[in-house]
Amino acid sequence: MERDDIIEYSLDTHHSEEEGVKMRKKIWQVTAILTLITIVEVACGAFIKQDSSIWHLVKWGFIILTIVKAAYIVLVFMHLGHEKKSLKYIILVPYIIFILYLLFILLTESTAIDRVLKAFGA
Amino acid sequence: MAEHAAKQIDTETLWGGKTSPFTTSYGKLMMWFFLVSDALTFGGLLAAYSFTRFNVSDAWPIGEETFNSLPFLGHGYPLIYVALMTFILIVSSVTMVLAVEAGHRMDKKGVVKWMIATIIGGFFFVGSQAWEWSHFIHGSEFGKVELADGSQAIVKGHFGKITSFDVTEAHGHHKKGEKIVDAFEGDLMHQFQHAVELGHIENGQITLHDGTKALVKKEKDEHMQLVIKKNGSKHKIGDKIDGKEAEDLYYGSINTGEAHKVIYGANLKQNEYGPQQYGHFFFFITGFHGFHVFSGVVFNIIILIGVMRNLYHKRGHYEMVEKTGLYWHFVDLVWVFVFTFFYLV
Repeated sequence: MERDDIIEYSLDTHHSEEEGVKMRKKIWQVTAILTLITIVEVACGAFIKQDSSIWHLVKWGFIILTIVKAAYIVLVFMHLGHEKKSLKYIILVPYIIFILYLLFILLTESTAIDRVLKAFGA
Repeated sequence: MAEHAAKQIDTETLWGGKTSPFTTSYGKLMMWFFLVSDALTFGGLLAAYSFTRFNVSDAWPIGEETFNSLPFLGHGYPLIYVALMTFILIVSSVTMVLAVEAGHRMDKKGVVKWMIATIIGGFFFVGSQAWEWSHFIHGSEFGKVELADGSQAIVKGHFGKITSFDVTEAHGHHKKGEKIVDAFEGDLMHQFQHAVELGHIENGQITLHDGTKALVKKEKDEHMQLVIKKNGSKHKIGDKIDGKEAEDLYYGSINTGEAHKVIYGANLKQNEYGPQQYGHFFFFITGFHGFHVFSGVVFNIIILIGVMRNLYHKRGHYEMVEKTGLYWHFVDLVWVFVFTFFYLV
């Protein structure tokens, strides 16, 4: 019987035992990195108070670490780093452009609202 | 793996073209497109959250103050619980990627083992979230208090246990001079908080449901500190008031006999942590994410059944595991951002 769900056209569907050993090593490495980042984040969050003078640096640190974590998850766990370049960018580029645009609009708007509130009171 | 090699269909028949787009299967590609759109939803929610946060005049809650409790151990553990939840989700993401890897080697046993581990991790996460919601809704022992000058403050410290209500004016089945004690753990506390919300406490006297008046006897509070979260005529946002003065202000508000001086926990109208919108976003974003985790667990169970029934092994590849894996990693990915913007920053 011809079944259309037994097609084999995905290039990455199989790998050998030796490749498997290498991949698992990579997976555990990434696990260690993600855990370490989370521990650092929680330590900063618990011990550095929001009214401290370096808080804005800590905040940027959080955002950067979050993006690093996200990158590891998307590129290694979701395997996007090893997909074809065209696929990788067709997923990432539109998303990044859209989110940057959204942030830009919201920052502009919230700055404007903040000014109005300051000028006329809440 | 030669013995499992599936039948090759030439790409011309398949796509009507020479090669499959991005050399990826249709299903995987569509999963990616879905994830991009879902990521936009979450991106929009988090951006709206930030926008709101910067446009309310009252102080926004601080993660390490709001989330500092552990089950069975009480409070004083800032962020530890959410960190644990994050770790559980990361680990379940790892077990999922190990299941996918096992699938690539056509190792059915491995796939089953790691998928079961993933599902268990998912249940643990959903359970943790249920506990956190319950804790968030019930709130702290002190609640948020409105002071005499109209300012609002959250209260830190240890609430002294209520030991008894000493009846001074008897109604119903109570007798004068009787000491009412806990019928079960937390019973008096519950009655006390309820009376506070209704304004049934005046000068240290509580009025119970049946009209009985009683003196509230409690152990001393320790390390009480008020942190102002809403401006009043005297206190400003960020002010901290300690010790005796804090106790006088707090119990001063309670003993006025007016209702709604103290807010305990959270609902959709108000919460003890901060502005109303904070509660809305908390329930919606963590709830929407929790719903994703729950659906992910359900998908994983369905696929696991397929694996156990040899469905994918006969098919020659475990791509279905890979697709549900993509969804599962996405859920983890979203949590990474929720964790940062809700709990840390």
